Amino acid sequence: MRYLPKSPADREAMLKAIGVRSIDDLFSPIPSEYRLARDLHVPRQMAESEIVDWFKLRSKENGDDYTSFLGAGAYYHYRPVVIDALVQRGEFLTSYTPYQAEFAQGTLQAIFEFQTMISELTGMDLANASMYDGSTGAAEAVMMAVRITGKSGAVIARSVHPEYREVLGTYATHQGIPLTTVAFTDSGRLNLKELEKAVGDDTACVLIQSPNFFATIEDVETIAEIAHRRGALLIVSIAEAVSLGIVEPPRVADIVAMEAQSFGVPMGFGGPYCGVIATKEKFVRQMPGRLAGQTVDKKGKRGFVLTLATREQHIRREKATSNICTNQALVALMVNIFMTVYGKVGLRELGKQNLAKTAYAADQFGKNAAVLFGGAPRFNEFVVQTSEDPSAINSRLLGHKIVGGLPLKRFYPELGNAALWCCTELTTRSMIDTAVGLVAESERSVRSMKEAEEVAL
Amino acid sequence: MKHMTRKATRHVNQNENLIFEKSSPGKAAWKLPPLDVPEVDTAKLLGKSERKDLGNMPEVSEIEIIRHFTRLSTWNYAIDLGMYPLGSCTMKYNPRVNEFVSRVDGLANGHPYQPAKISQGAMRIMKTLSDCLIEITGMDAITLQPAAGAHGEFTGLLMVRAYHESQGNARKKILIPDSAHGTNPATAATVGYAVENLKSNDRGMVDVAALAAQMNEDVAALMVTNPNTLGVFEQEIHKIADLMHAKGGLLYMDGANMNALVGKTRPGDFGVDVMHLNLHKTFSTPHGGGGPGSGPVAIKKMLEPFLPTPVVVTKPDGTMAFEYNRPQSVGRVRAFYGNFGMFIRALAYIFANGPDGLRQTTEDAVLNANYIRKGLEGVYDLPYSSPSMHEVVFSDKVQSKKGVKTMDLAKRLIDYGFHPYTTAFPLIVPGALMIEPTESEPKEELDLFIEAMKSIAEEVEEDPQFVLDAPHNTRISRLDETLAARKPVLRWKP
Repeated sequence: MRYLPKSPADREAMLKAIGVRSIDDLFSPIPSEYRLARDLHVPRQMAESEIVDWFKLRSKENGDDYTSFLGAGAYYHYRPVVIDALVQRGEFLTSYTPYQAEFAQGTLQAIFEFQTMISELTGMDLANASMYDGSTGAAEAVMMAVRITGKSGAVIARSVHPEYREVLGTYATHQGIPLTTVAFTDSGRLNLKELEKAVGDDTACVLIQSPNFFATIEDVETIAEIAHRRGALLIVSIAEAVSLGIVEPPRVADIVAMEAQSFGVPMGFGGPYCGVIATKEKFVRQMPGRLAGQTVDKKGKRGFVLTLATREQHIRREKATSNICTNQALVALMVNIFMTVYGKVGLRELGKQNLAKTAYAADQFGKNAAVLFGGAPRFNEFVVQTSEDPSAINSRLLGHKIVGGLPLKRFYPELGNAALWCCTELTTRSMIDTAVGLVAESERSVRSMKEAEEVAL
Repeated sequence: MKHMTRKATRHVNQNENLIFEKSSPGKAAWKLPPLDVPEVDTAKLLGKSERKDLGNMPEVSEIEIIRHFTRLSTWNYAIDLGMYPLGSCTMKYNPRVNEFVSRVDGLANGHPYQPAKISQGAMRIMKTLSDCLIEITGMDAITLQPAAGAHGEFTGLLMVRAYHESQGNARKKILIPDSAHGTNPATAATVGYAVENLKSNDRGMVDVAALAAQMNEDVAALMVTNPNTLGVFEQEIHKIADLMHAKGGLLYMDGANMNALVGKTRPGDFGVDVMHLNLHKTFSTPHGGGGPGSGPVAIKKMLEPFLPTPVVVTKPDGTMAFEYNRPQSVGRVRAFYGNFGMFIRALAYIFANGPDGLRQTTEDAVLNANYIRKGLEGVYDLPYSSPSMHEVVFSDKVQSKKGVKTMDLAKRLIDYGFHPYTTAFPLIVPGALMIEPTESEPKEELDLFIEAMKSIAEEVEEDPQFVLDAPHNTRISRLDETLAARKPVLRWKP
């Protein structure tokens, strides 16, 4: 077996040194009736070339030559090649959690820089590194708010990513956290009147997403005011990190729970991604997840260590702020490098391009079909309502090697034949025009069918 | 250096400031293509939501970024540099073909919501990996959704709870041995269960008599790690399972130490009802400085209705699909389908090994641990003499008489060019040195490690202060952790 560095003679010599006759002697603690006397039924040992071929075939079956308008929590942005060049360095790829700080300063300093940049971008005082993803990060943020406020309820916007809400539902069930959902208005924004009614004295937090699931940018300040008036915290979930380059961050929030996938992480069929929690300094001791902090060595030289570990499971066990241990460190490094590449000016320009592509696409779609939620600013997605079921339009688009917007019936049946379309800097004008053309065709044929029916009547 | 080591030597490495300290306006590492749609007036589109300032974000060039992160990387130790014997962490070789195939276009750029018609490749990977893991564990069904081991524990206990609820009584508590990982009790609390401690016996195993006394209808499950954190196989595991089952409880196995068992025995065969695996341990996906992981949960038939949604199913026409309509499901534990990129890597590892390679891997892992045990017995105190599987736990009992603790020995080991073992865990061994070499170490590397550990033990006798002051050969000396916690500086400020 090519990964095993021992010759038969090595093994013999080692068995001899140990003082046993055969390897079976070392497995004698396993009662013989439970020892496996046969080969496992898994595929036979394959050559590297066979492995590569097998996965290339799977890649072909997975739409490797399609372009797409899908967003909805997983975004297709350009990934600068330096990201993979750097994260594949063995010293990052094959190292462990930096508990032995003197031997892991590279990882620790990188985490410290990550924490700094996330804090800058979100407008928070500090950030952890990291949570599993945006969904579990949001759920952990709600549990954190419950600990901070000593209250039990959580009020959730219906415009938070539906799968994030499902995950929160799973976590909240056994924490005794009652969840109240607040609807959105025709502008796509949170219904503030409903929010006022939903937030009570026992509300620990209000959780919104901005830009929300429809990419509508929420009126965060007004929502914060409503939450804070009743002593509740405001948690803002951000699923599309690239928005932070051009959209004002939720500085009035108490906790930001974000998904950083857009920052240089491949869509990878849904993971691994990079959740992050950022918050105010005063809440740090209730924050879950690992934190790197600056300190000095014996000679006064600057260095970094994992710190405030008394929040964590390996010290506090059942009283810990979370059970999280392994996190998304290498993915956080991708995010870190992406933020460094684009930096102060590039992130803004990137956000602007996303905005321009989306504005153009929404305009074009709007000529033939209804584009919903026009009453409030949006980032890089929009909802198109068609006469025909969007799945049917999408299957025609597939013939052009294009994946259309996400049909919303599964999540928001009340929106009818609606789909969520996303444009990024990688969406080309010709892609947009092709999709718009097919939607227009669909609308025309539905209209002429209706007219024919009317004539027949 | 007191004693010379054959493994490592000092060499020049570069100093490097924080990236913010290299930034200056006008430098850039990015270039966007020309816009093929009309420019927009951002103020008009966004109004007061427009962001005008990105604060202290850096402005640097590409070469500076390459040097920055490359320099940082050289300050890390890594499996690629040598043995990384962290107990319970299974720091094995991370094959490069795994990285290569996970970056193939259609897999790396697959969108989780793309139509099933063009997601067959991804679903086939999930199905094939699931089938392999079910066979390896001897269980009946599996979910790949959990993102890491602790997340798998959470998912497993959610299913335990749902199962008991379906039987009419959720029950109140989880039994956890005192040797367990901290995640076990932390997870039990997350799922709303009380934690009851279970004492180990004098051989470091579950005390079956104590278990019999503590087991009753309030207990939902026992969480047992097997081999346990001492690296000892629970020889009475089937009795333990029978005791649990007789009173309607379930047996949860923490699969952190599965690297000792693959191809040699199957948890499903010895009475386990639910277990998680760590793909980042047993199945070679890289630890990446702390993650990402992946924590699939394998279960017996009676827990299947409670699996998180969605579940991959094969339709009558042979195509695969995600099934969402599962009314008894515990729900979703994360968005989308899990850390898919790790599924690719783990499956590539299984393909590279095959049944014979997987078995040989396990045998070599156990062989290596026993070789180290033999080499250091008598030099370091061995608190439990029970046979070792894939890891061995010593204590600092002898060295602490000179005031040198496990952490000090660990810091000195760094000077010898090795990453330290796991220190001060499991909690049942005061001053533990928990050593897991994995199968990836050649005999020569093990010999160097044994030599280094012996040499350090001699240094403790000759000059304990020298060991207490270690490490001596690193960029920085021992860091002030108390200061870091008392006055947290968690971000750079200008």
